[in-house]
Amino acid sequence: MKILAVCGMGLGSGLLLRMQAEKALRQLGIDADLEVADIGSARAMAQTADLILTSNELAEQLGKVKPRVVTISNFVDLKEMVEKLRAALVKT
Amino acid sequence: MDALLAIVKFLVDEIFSKPFYLVGLMTAVGLIALRRPTSQVIGGTVKATMGFLILVAGAGTVVNALEPLGKLILGATGASGVVPTNEAIVALAQSKYGALTAWLMFLGFLASLIIARATNLHYVFLTGHHIFYMATMLAVILVTVGMAGAGAAIVGAILLGTIMVIMPAFAHPWMKAVTGGEKVAMGHFGSLGYIAGGLAGQIVARVAGKKGKSSEEIEFPAGLRFLREPMVGTAVAMLVIYVVFAVWYAGRGDVGLARAAEAVGMNATWGSYLMAQLLNALNFGVGVAVILLGVRTIIGEIVPAFAGIAERVVPGALPALDCPVSFPYAPNAVLIGFLTSVLGGLISLLLIAWGLGKAWVLTLILPGMVPHFFTGGTAGVFGNATGGRWGAAWGGFVNGILITFLPAFLLKVLGALGFANTTFGDADFGWYGIVIGNIAQSKGTTGIVGMLVAAVVLIWFASWFQRKYVEKGWVPGKAAARAAKK
Repeated sequence: MKILAVCGMGLGSGLLLRMQAEKALRQLGIDADLEVADIGSARAMAQTADLILTSNELAEQLGKVKPRVVTISNFVDLKEMVEKLRAALVKT
Repeated sequence: MDALLAIVKFLVDEIFSKPFYLVGLMTAVGLIALRRPTSQVIGGTVKATMGFLILVAGAGTVVNALEPLGKLILGATGASGVVPTNEAIVALAQSKYGALTAWLMFLGFLASLIIARATNLHYVFLTGHHIFYMATMLAVILVTVGMAGAGAAIVGAILLGTIMVIMPAFAHPWMKAVTGGEKVAMGHFGSLGYIAGGLAGQIVARVAGKKGKSSEEIEFPAGLRFLREPMVGTAVAMLVIYVVFAVWYAGRGDVGLARAAEAVGMNATWGSYLMAQLLNALNFGVGVAVILLGVRTIIGEIVPAFAGIAERVVPGALPALDCPVSFPYAPNAVLIGFLTSVLGGLISLLLIAWGLGKAWVLTLILPGMVPHFFTGGTAGVFGNATGGRWGAAWGGFVNGILITFLPAFLLKVLGALGFANTTFGDADFGWYGIVIGNIAQSKGTTGIVGMLVAAVVLIWFASWFQRKYVEKGWVPGKAAARAAKK
């Protein structure tokens, strides 16, 4: 499974999302490849991803993409990340 | 003995002075320290090394695109001009300053952990690209005044470690106003602009006698959304800059199209001359995109290693994170701050062009979209937190003034790199570079002692600020908010 963390430039906050998601996935016992993308190339990269993690504003800008988009409002809240990833990944 | 010497010489010449291998090596050290599996260590090391080489490849594209711009601006106005873009200047600097930069990044991070542990400034700066950019700027300043080797690495590391812990502390009271007290600090070298933005909001609230309505109560036109895409914004803004100066140059009575086109090596028909500008603008965007891919690849490997080490060395420290972390708290304020920051930048540019430039011997600073978007946007969020929507507007505006005047003065201490048509944009590069750069000018021992004294004074001041304001729980704008409720 491939998860894409998207932010404006694909640098700081995207990497933060990736690191938080890594921690959360370890808790959930799920194995996944994580990659960071900037909003400019995210639509193209979304083609091969299974899930996208980003903020509300950028999700709006991203528009309709093939994989499911999970929006995170508090980038440092691990609980939110765990719950949203569990909701998106575990029941399927 | 000879064999040993040969090995040392090989290591020094072929590895320790090649920034890409150094960066790979440091990544390996970090990943091994975290006891990551071998496959991850190898993968991360190779990726970080290649990331650095990708960045260098992007630098070539940016140089080619910027060269004609320098000529056009000089030809049109008679003054030189630069477009501050961190990514561009950092990539350009690596061929000459890369090795020292890599050392500074690694040693500076360790220095920041030591300072964070030894003082009350418990912040861990985790914005990898800004550590990299600041390391580059300090390397340039130190090499420019003739420092090299272990001395430069140690002094530079202390300076880098210092700025990495003091800025999150200074920005923290306002950051709390933004986040409502979340356990996160601001780790971005535009922080002087954010503090100024927060203060501007406080002034707005005081003048009005209450905190105005939040920016988030405005309906924003959806047509402005494309502005949130920095790559597009950069290419479009660069196109405007290229075309304005190309037309201005060719339109001068004493130059004309034929001579202007010849000076920049383009065909002398209007169609071809203007289309060449379009290609330049797009190529600049391409170069920045390639550089970003390189930076992303490097920090994607290094930052997790850094974070793992930091958790062990300074447990419980506040993570200081990249500025877009503040964006979800006030997305409209981001756009307001961005637009007013560009406005502040343009007005400052006119001031420089109309007189201040001559009086202070300044270069024209044209608005770089990347710094204006991210730092202007964040200053808007800070201004909104203390002064509502008008606070956001003035916050961005003040930031725009700062990131136009500071780079103009910074160029003077960057030596040969001061003539590169681009430079560091964000406010902290400006103020810190100017302070350290000017102290470093008094070369030799005086300069070194001066820089170290500056670091100690800054840490002491930040530590006092932390005790007096941050730990006491002071949150700016609270008084105004309380007054508004009454």
